[in-house]
Amino acid sequence: MRPRAPGPDGKARADLLLEIGCEEIPAGMILKASQELRAILANQLATHLLVDGPTAEASIETFGAPRRLVAIARNIRVKQEDLTREVMGPPRSVAYDSAGEPTRAAQSFASKQGVPLSRLRVVDTPKGEYVAARLTIAGKPAPQILSEILPEAIREISWPRSMVWSGVHGPRFIRPIRWIVATLGGETVACAYADVRSGNHTEGHRFLGQRKIPVSGPRDYEARLKRNFVLCRPEERRQKIERELKSVAARKSLRPHEDEALLEMVTYLNEYPTVILGDFDPVFLGLPEEILITVMRDHQKYFAVENRKKQLAPHFLAVINLPRDPKGLVREGHERVLRARFVDAQFFWTNDQKIKLGEYLPKLAAVTYERRLGSYRDKVERIRSLARWLSEQWVAGGIAQADVAGADRAAELAKCDLVTDMVREFTELQGVVGGLYALEQGEPEEIAWAVYDHYKPHGLDDPVPRNLIGSAVALADKLDSLMACFAVGVIPTGSSDPFALRRSALGVIKILLEQKLPLSLSAAVSAAAKSLKEHAPRIETSEAVERQVLEFLLDRARYILKERRGYAYDEINAAFAAGADELGDAVDRIAALQAIRKTKDFDPLAASFKRIRNILEKSVGTGDKVQQAVDTALLKEAGELQLFTVAQQIGRAAIQFKKERKYRRALEKISELRPSVDFFFDKVLVMDEDAKVRRNRIALLAGLLKEFSTIADFSELGAEEARQAK
Amino acid sequence: MKDPAKPLDAKVQQKKRRGLSFQELLLKLEEYWARKDCILQQPYDIEVGAGTMHPETFLRVLGPDPYRVVYVQPSRRPADGRYGENPNRLYKHTQLQVVLKPSPREIQDLYLASLVAVGIDLKEHDVRFEEDNWESPTLGAWGIGWQVLLDGLEITQFTYFQQCGGLDLDPISVELTYGLDRIAAYLQGVDKVFDVLWTDRVTYGQVRLAEEEQFSAYSFDHADISATRRQFDLCEAEATRLLNEYDKLPPGARKRFPVLQAYDFCLKCSHLFNLLDARGAVSVTERAAMIARVRKLATLVARDWLDQRAGIERKVSA
Repeated sequence: MRPRAPGPDGKARADLLLEIGCEEIPAGMILKASQELRAILANQLATHLLVDGPTAEASIETFGAPRRLVAIARNIRVKQEDLTREVMGPPRSVAYDSAGEPTRAAQSFASKQGVPLSRLRVVDTPKGEYVAARLTIAGKPAPQILSEILPEAIREISWPRSMVWSGVHGPRFIRPIRWIVATLGGETVACAYADVRSGNHTEGHRFLGQRKIPVSGPRDYEARLKRNFVLCRPEERRQKIERELKSVAARKSLRPHEDEALLEMVTYLNEYPTVILGDFDPVFLGLPEEILITVMRDHQKYFAVENRKKQLAPHFLAVINLPRDPKGLVREGHERVLRARFVDAQFFWTNDQKIKLGEYLPKLAAVTYERRLGSYRDKVERIRSLARWLSEQWVAGGIAQADVAGADRAAELAKCDLVTDMVREFTELQGVVGGLYALEQGEPEEIAWAVYDHYKPHGLDDPVPRNLIGSAVALADKLDSLMACFAVGVIPTGSSDPFALRRSALGVIKILLEQKLPLSLSAAVSAAAKSLKEHAPRIETSEAVERQVLEFLLDRARYILKERRGYAYDEINAAFAAGADELGDAVDRIAALQAIRKTKDFDPLAASFKRIRNILEKSVGTGDKVQQAVDTALLKEAGELQLFTVAQQIGRAAIQFKKERKYRRALEKISELRPSVDFFFDKVLVMDEDAKVRRNRIALLAGLLKEFSTIADFSELGAEEARQAK
Repeated sequence: MKDPAKPLDAKVQQKKRRGLSFQELLLKLEEYWARKDCILQQPYDIEVGAGTMHPETFLRVLGPDPYRVVYVQPSRRPADGRYGENPNRLYKHTQLQVVLKPSPREIQDLYLASLVAVGIDLKEHDVRFEEDNWESPTLGAWGIGWQVLLDGLEITQFTYFQQCGGLDLDPISVELTYGLDRIAAYLQGVDKVFDVLWTDRVTYGQVRLAEEEQFSAYSFDHADISATRRQFDLCEAEATRLLNEYDKLPPGARKRFPVLQAYDFCLKCSHLFNLLDARGAVSVTERAAMIARVRKLATLVARDWLDQRAGIERKVSA
């Protein structure tokens, strides 16, 4: 070993290189696995005292490419620190006789600990003087430790779906491991995992590089791989791709479509990525852009390109795992594959439309939604009735664009594309294809776009349906999914959410908030339950399940309001506690609450409300009878008289503001209670000895809490930390 | 097909062929794998949807004995038929199936060398392994692996078998399934599979188009639903009867019992189910139930076959 100059604590240090050489790891898993490897190694190295705990993560970097996961740990100790430890033996009085000579007890203790008698010490303890031995545990050399912890680290990496390759009891990994490089300070660290012994040879590019490349450590690893057509660092691959996407497109005055997810994917699909430009027959531009882009992006992992007028151009950018394509063979191959795909799409486009979209409806009977929940044909009827109901609510609420018949028609058509060849082939285009067919076939545009949009939003950043009919169908579809799945016990747990119910709930909330649609959530959930009961397969549910669905929805609402609107959890909870059924109204109250919170009187008032709630909760235990109304005759002290009178005045004003939905003004008014509340708590003892007085005071406070908690339950405020800690 | 000896029409003949003919491709691959100690087997003589269903894969991957086999398997997928009108989709496509048990350490290199053997220069083409795990619910089988892409074209399914017939496998076999039709089209640089030259003088279309047209028509338009159902029920009943009988036999009397015949009936069920499915005759609840019925047969066959082999081995070693 060639240790480098001693580190800050005078101990020799060296750099560790670990490379797990693998058959092609799925592109989407490499980043996460390399991050995990970093944490695992940091923990192991720190546990074994090869690095200092606090600096462990910082001294390690990990990264990956399709055929390798790599870890570099810098400045690790070449030898563990020696440890000293004191072992207590018998009391001094037992270990030495009156002459000060060691007894048999001392001798046997010393020999058991492996130290000479002369090295025994006497130490003072609270229990008296005892004999002790100081033991030194010599640190082990790092290679010895590493040969144990490196295989352990490899084993600890978790994968979504690992495999065995040598036998059912053989090692598990994401794909077979074929080589391992492990060096410390230039020397091979001997270890083995999965019947593969470590060495100091890596492999280059599968077709262009050498198969056995000697490396000494982090110093020459990267450069040697690069000479062998492997860019081992993802940043470098990514930058090369980004640069070439732009430059290759620019040669034809084109611009690549930005696509972060695709860029990340191709970064981890290639060890030596190069961008090439291919062409396709402009005749295919007659197909809708959505279809062309999906074929290129999702099926072939090509970047689409556009011209200066932002129109899709008949070209594509492919990322290949070679430095060049001098004869154009790869380009020609990709072009032919794409042509075949487009010909397919063209075929589906005309063939699917030999019958009208609506005529596919009966075929939905053969597509299962969920075993107990029937077919998509059944689901369509449930969606229709819900979409109608929603539109009726909006018509009644005076929303001019609400269209009951339109929503019904769009819901009827929404799922028809599931049985077209186009969607069977390009499943990610569900909805979109139906919308395009509807447009092509002369359905009213509003209805066609509603079909097109009804799976939206796909996530927090995805837009909501562009029109009200689309929102009705989208809400109906999602509410039905939630209600139906909960009714048969398909409820998301942890990472398992096969029906994407979290996304559905998120979608419901996002649509309601962004379209500012008035809707009682509980009524909507009940309507979904009713539709589930009245349509095949006629599943009856319970109020408990309805509450569960409602709570699930509100949970998503809390999440969006926190993440996207920046409200604090306690503000959201305070407003929700006063009612969250009308989501838009609840948000108005949260906004008012957030604004008023900054004023000086508000937080102390909120604290007083919490005090009131505590008192009320305690009073339940006293055995006193609950008194509903305040008996003014029993109000004797100035504090309680004043509070009663002021609360009545403020209450009247606040209620008026609340009626007008001027929540900010209402809360400002309520803030004016503060001096009277403070005065009351200052001067009045609630728990009076006289039960009548006591009960009356409790009634006064209960009335106060009730009356002033209709905008928000102030006693929830400040509970934020407690809630987040949960 | 008229007369294979006659020269082709001018269009096809003018175009200078590049790459291997369809049958050269098939011969080269078989020869390559035969040289790697594979038994050269023949296609199974019952309709199957994939080379995996051939007993040479389904049964051979079970149990401890090493095995290597290569064979061509024409595979029928009634729902994929397009009356010969689609340039790439076929009712019956031709797979070349390789099974190596146990999976050798250098398996990827062995596979890649087979591509070189059919004229693919790996330094000039973009060949890659992209995640694609394989699963067959009817066979109770699944595996981990990739689709192999050649310049963006999927040419092979590469699978480390993990389970088959519902049983954990030990050792692990590797299964390579080449899509011969599309590989040939690619090598020859043609867009339509029917334009592939089967030999220097005869096209794939001349050999196979009538089959595509007629079997597509049968699957989609003519198959008698209730007759097909009855056939399914009959085959299932016969398989079940055999498997029940096997259970009742004392271990010593099981050696010659026709478990293989039960498997044939299971394969027939699988194909009949595919036919009903293509015909649009399988309802929601029925679909899952029918798949489960076939899987039940497949898993029982796998179990009994292993039991039978173990009995024979005991005898040999005793």
